[in-house]
Amino acid sequence: MRVWCVKYRVSLCNASKSAAARWRLNHMKLTEISGNLNEWLSDSGPMSDVVLSSRIRLARNLAGYNFLGGCTDGERSEILKRLKDVLLGLDLGDRMFYISVHRAPKLDRNFLVERHLISRHHAFGKGPRGAVVAQREFFTGMINEEDHLRMQVIRSGCQLRRCAEQIDRIDDMVESKVDYAFDARLGYLTACPTNLGTAIRVSVMLHMPALKMAGQIERFFNACRDMNLAVRGLFGEGSEAAGDFYQISNQVSLGVAEADIVSRFEDQVIPEIVEYETAARHFLLADRVNVLDDKISRALALLKNAQLISSHEALFLLSHLRLGVNMLRHMGAESPAIRRLSSLRGAGGDSEGLSISMINKLFLLTLPAHLQINRGEQLDSAHRDALRAEIIRSTLSS
Amino acid sequence: MQPERGFETAYGLICSFCAACWYNNIYMRCQICQQNEATVHLTDISEKHRTEMHVCELCAQQQGLTVKSHISLNELLSGLLAAQPADDDVLGELKEEAACPRCGFTLEDFRRTGLLGCPADYRAFEKALMPLVEKAHDGGTSHCGKVPSRLRTGARKENRLWNLRRLLDEAVRGEDYEKAAVLRDEIQKLRSG
Repeated sequence: MRVWCVKYRVSLCNASKSAAARWRLNHMKLTEISGNLNEWLSDSGPMSDVVLSSRIRLARNLAGYNFLGGCTDGERSEILKRLKDVLLGLDLGDRMFYISVHRAPKLDRNFLVERHLISRHHAFGKGPRGAVVAQREFFTGMINEEDHLRMQVIRSGCQLRRCAEQIDRIDDMVESKVDYAFDARLGYLTACPTNLGTAIRVSVMLHMPALKMAGQIERFFNACRDMNLAVRGLFGEGSEAAGDFYQISNQVSLGVAEADIVSRFEDQVIPEIVEYETAARHFLLADRVNVLDDKISRALALLKNAQLISSHEALFLLSHLRLGVNMLRHMGAESPAIRRLSSLRGAGGDSEGLSISMINKLFLLTLPAHLQINRGEQLDSAHRDALRAEIIRSTLSS
Repeated sequence: MQPERGFETAYGLICSFCAACWYNNIYMRCQICQQNEATVHLTDISEKHRTEMHVCELCAQQQGLTVKSHISLNELLSGLLAAQPADDDVLGELKEEAACPRCGFTLEDFRRTGLLGCPADYRAFEKALMPLVEKAHDGGTSHCGKVPSRLRTGARKENRLWNLRRLLDEAVRGEDYEKAAVLRDEIQKLRSG
């Protein structure tokens, strides 16, 4: 059994039954979630053929304390305890779990990063720190990351307004229990001046393989640059070849209201970028169907036959399958390779062929820490590559 | 801390994707040894071509690349701060307020880490920080948006006044005097209210 906090486990021996029950209620075994797709990857939101997920993150610091860089470990622990209690007490209509990040093994921390529950900075930072997570994984509160509190809400597809409403409500609930460091002129005060003001980071994860295939990905980069947006890779891939997943987010948080940032994203930024990708998909279908078919067929052949496959390659190839399935579903595309995809039956006996959620599941469950947690043991790179290939083969051939 | 955009290094431009990937990168392998995690990401942009290289620190050293692998936005900011013009007023201010009276942080600490020590630093180092804040936020210098409801009415009023003054400035600059008059009246009303 994987237990988060050894100190708590020891103290349990002498604890009362109610304390033990409370502990179980607020602590989670990773294996409870490691075999499932998280809700925001379920392919259920609007525009989910291009927009994987929407996320809004708020940074907050408690009044009366220094920022983390100026805090002693004792103060960090005090902040951790205080915010942990507040977050665990939130009524979000879901079970809330606490994860003691600084005590968790490295593998578990990698797992949480892979699931986008905590940031890499949080996972490998220093000092007492933790995270409170909603079981359905739509909410995480990272305590003692770069600021005292970083709260995030993630939803599937393009749902930024809903994310904004939800995080605003959660922020109100937290704020009713603690005082935030706030300045009338500068807004919410953050350890780094780039987050000052609303301290909001709005981001969407995008899947844009057609732009790349059509040789038009520069249009996307230029549009992001013109709109003053930051662009990052999705599952950590630095190059554009890595799965064609990108995360874009706002850079300005001072001088613009939260609602304006969100509506600019939903009404201007996302439609423009989705339009580019959709146009590229139509272009491929009309003028470059052989390129499209080649990519999809190669991806399918490799995934169905490979004996060893790295997570980087798997992401890259699965991305092409995802494109094919989305083109079939959303555009009614017909080509030999796409027809082959539709004739595949999913592992779950899905009569409509390979589904997007199944591909998303393969993306997630074949990441290194997921493989190891689900297997219940540490695996070296070669064993991970073999296991990954096996999982993909069995899913695609069943 | 997450890097937000591309920036120049002595060895070329590090693009935003690469700058980001050290941060988000979970398992990306070195292109040379194919074993270690790639933590050094270089992008070379010639006239038309763009080439990227992702290598581990060991291989980077062997290849004579001594670029810092983990350049964060904090460091970028610190660089910007260091590159600010040596204005006499700013320097005078810095000498006067070498350390924050509350947390003891100095601007040197900020240059090193890119992070401040406590909320009071924003006031203690205001002259040095504000040009940086303005640059990072595309000209934004005052907050508009959510205000904590638990905050005293005074602070809420102060925030409203800041924003009205900012709008007034904009209206005057844009020679929209009708709007300016309305804003001026509103400011006076708020002050006397």
